[in-house]
Amino acid sequence: MSEHPGHSAHTLHEHIVPVSTYVAVFIALMFGTALTTWVAYHNLGRWNSVVALIIAVAKMLLVVLFFMHVKYNKGLSRIVIVGGFFWLGIMITLSLSDELTRRWEINPAPFNMILPYISHLHLLF
Amino acid sequence: MSTATADIHEVPAESRVHYLNARYGIKSWLLTLDHKRIGLLYLGTITFMFLIGGIAATLMRLNLIEPQGALVEPETYNKLFSTHGIVMVFFFLVPSIPATLGNFLIPLMIGARDVAFPKLNLMSWYIFVTGCCCMLYAVMTGGVDTGWTFYTPYSSTYAHTSVLLAALGIFIAGFSSILTGLNFIVTIHKMRAPGMTWFRLPLFIWSMYATSMIFVLGTPVIAVTLLLLGLERILHVGIFDPALGGDPLLFQHLFWFYSHPAVYIMILPGMGVVSELIPAFSRKRIFGYSFVAFSSLAIAVISFVVWGHHMFVTGQSVYAGLVFSVLSFLVAIPSAIKVFNWTATLYKGSISYQAPMLYALGFIGLFTMGGLTGLFLASLATDVHLNGTYFIVAHFHYIMVGGAVMAYLGGIHYWWPKITGRLYPDLWARFSALVIFVGFNLTFFPQFVLGYLGMPRRYAMYPAEFQSLNVLSSAGASVLAVGYVIPLVYLIWSLKYGPPAGPNPWKAKGLEWTIQSPPPTENFEETPIVTEEAYNYPTVGGVSV
Repeated sequence: MSEHPGHSAHTLHEHIVPVSTYVAVFIALMFGTALTTWVAYHNLGRWNSVVALIIAVAKMLLVVLFFMHVKYNKGLSRIVIVGGFFWLGIMITLSLSDELTRRWEINPAPFNMILPYISHLHLLF
Repeated sequence: MSTATADIHEVPAESRVHYLNARYGIKSWLLTLDHKRIGLLYLGTITFMFLIGGIAATLMRLNLIEPQGALVEPETYNKLFSTHGIVMVFFFLVPSIPATLGNFLIPLMIGARDVAFPKLNLMSWYIFVTGCCCMLYAVMTGGVDTGWTFYTPYSSTYAHTSVLLAALGIFIAGFSSILTGLNFIVTIHKMRAPGMTWFRLPLFIWSMYATSMIFVLGTPVIAVTLLLLGLERILHVGIFDPALGGDPLLFQHLFWFYSHPAVYIMILPGMGVVSELIPAFSRKRIFGYSFVAFSSLAIAVISFVVWGHHMFVTGQSVYAGLVFSVLSFLVAIPSAIKVFNWTATLYKGSISYQAPMLYALGFIGLFTMGGLTGLFLASLATDVHLNGTYFIVAHFHYIMVGGAVMAYLGGIHYWWPKITGRLYPDLWARFSALVIFVGFNLTFFPQFVLGYLGMPRRYAMYPAEFQSLNVLSSAGASVLAVGYVIPLVYLIWSLKYGPPAGPNPWKAKGLEWTIQSPPPTENFEETPIVTEEAYNYPTVGGVSV
């Protein structure tokens, strides 16, 4: 059932990545993990989260670009990856729209000014 | 649709090899890579889970016959509504149409011999079954009492029930959704028959594509959220519990980022089914094909930016509430486009009221009611009054049951002759559609009134003044239950005694109707070449014939 003789035109053209690249990426990832652990034992104050996130993003990019072959793919695959990050952006942005505005106060003054006029609108009809 | 196989002649199912009789034995089913058989494996599994969720609902409605609770202790009631919600949402509704009809039909409708990754497809089913087992084990080992929403910090800190097992079940089943969505997206992109352009695709395929987008983009978030819940519950890492330095609203943001789009995972496939049924039983091309197609994608995209309307009264900022309220109203536009286009399709159509069409018409009415009452809840001010009441219960049941389940049953009735090669008794089918419609409204319409009057949801008891409406609702649930049992009986009956269906009993358009029923294992003997638009029904002077 997995054979599709009518669709031979869709044969995949896989990019062959040399093993040395995988090994180099693996070593870089291990180095990133060690660095994360080392940083965790040093108090960098407000930079604690920033540094941890920078290392994590760098590691994530290595995985996405090399292990997931995004570096060698074009078109639809890249759209899918960009779409994934865009959706992540939606989640973070709209969640922060709550978190960052919880202390905002709604100023009723402008509404109080126009309220008397709105309440008499029905007289026009 | 296809010039190659349009005039197919009926060959008796007994005298030819098809996907049901190609191989026999349990092993042939458990190791099958055939998308049609995998669809049927899902059908059996979700029907069983529907039964479990239905039993929980029945016990709840029986309990609510009396104000003090007629049947169970409040703690047991909490477990009943949690089991009902979790099972019905994650183990029935989410996989219902995509995993059964989607699996069965997508390759048939686009002219392919299977999905893109058949082994992955079988693995999805095994993953789903593993998730189901986890959930059932959670029910058997004391149950879970958090509601289907698992709100923290109750679920992460205070609940003493099988929270982790239930969460693990959902976590595992989620991977089944992701893999199914991925499989469908690749299949639709890469395996369409020659001539099957995007704008010749049946609208069911468009809706499945939109659903798959949500599967892939949303499901990982619920998986991560439940993982974080587990971390807090087991290791006391402060993520959601304020006592540990966490933020309970963060859980709600993450949960609803998936779970609101999940509502559209349930309803979008239903809309796809209805978009097939209305043209077939009106003998007419659908009105505004591209609008209906793009509205599916619009619903999928907008569904991801409206989740905050579940949090208007849970402590979310007023500013965020305003933003989410406005965004929530937007989703009504593509939904309304679909409803208007379906009704416009009926105009000057040659309408026949066979069972699938009755389900489709029921869907339009009930979905419209469910959708419009959603606008009450998207409005900040009215939501303050209605949130947490039975109004919400009624609203989402009109969408999920009145909409999704009606469409699912409509789809099952429409494609049953294709799936099994047998016809069912149409009179009984029409009768059951009517019973379900009446039973559904009798069950859930009183709940709109109850909610408006202020009866809160998730309580085992209620003030005596609400009793008559609750009894009405429970009576409706009994009628609804009978309505669900009738199709189960005659569909099983039809497997042995139903008359042969022939390739195209509805005289419908679409590639799946150009092959024998049940279809051969390889679907198409030759790759079909598509030369026509979808729903190309003949008309004379603008009137369908």
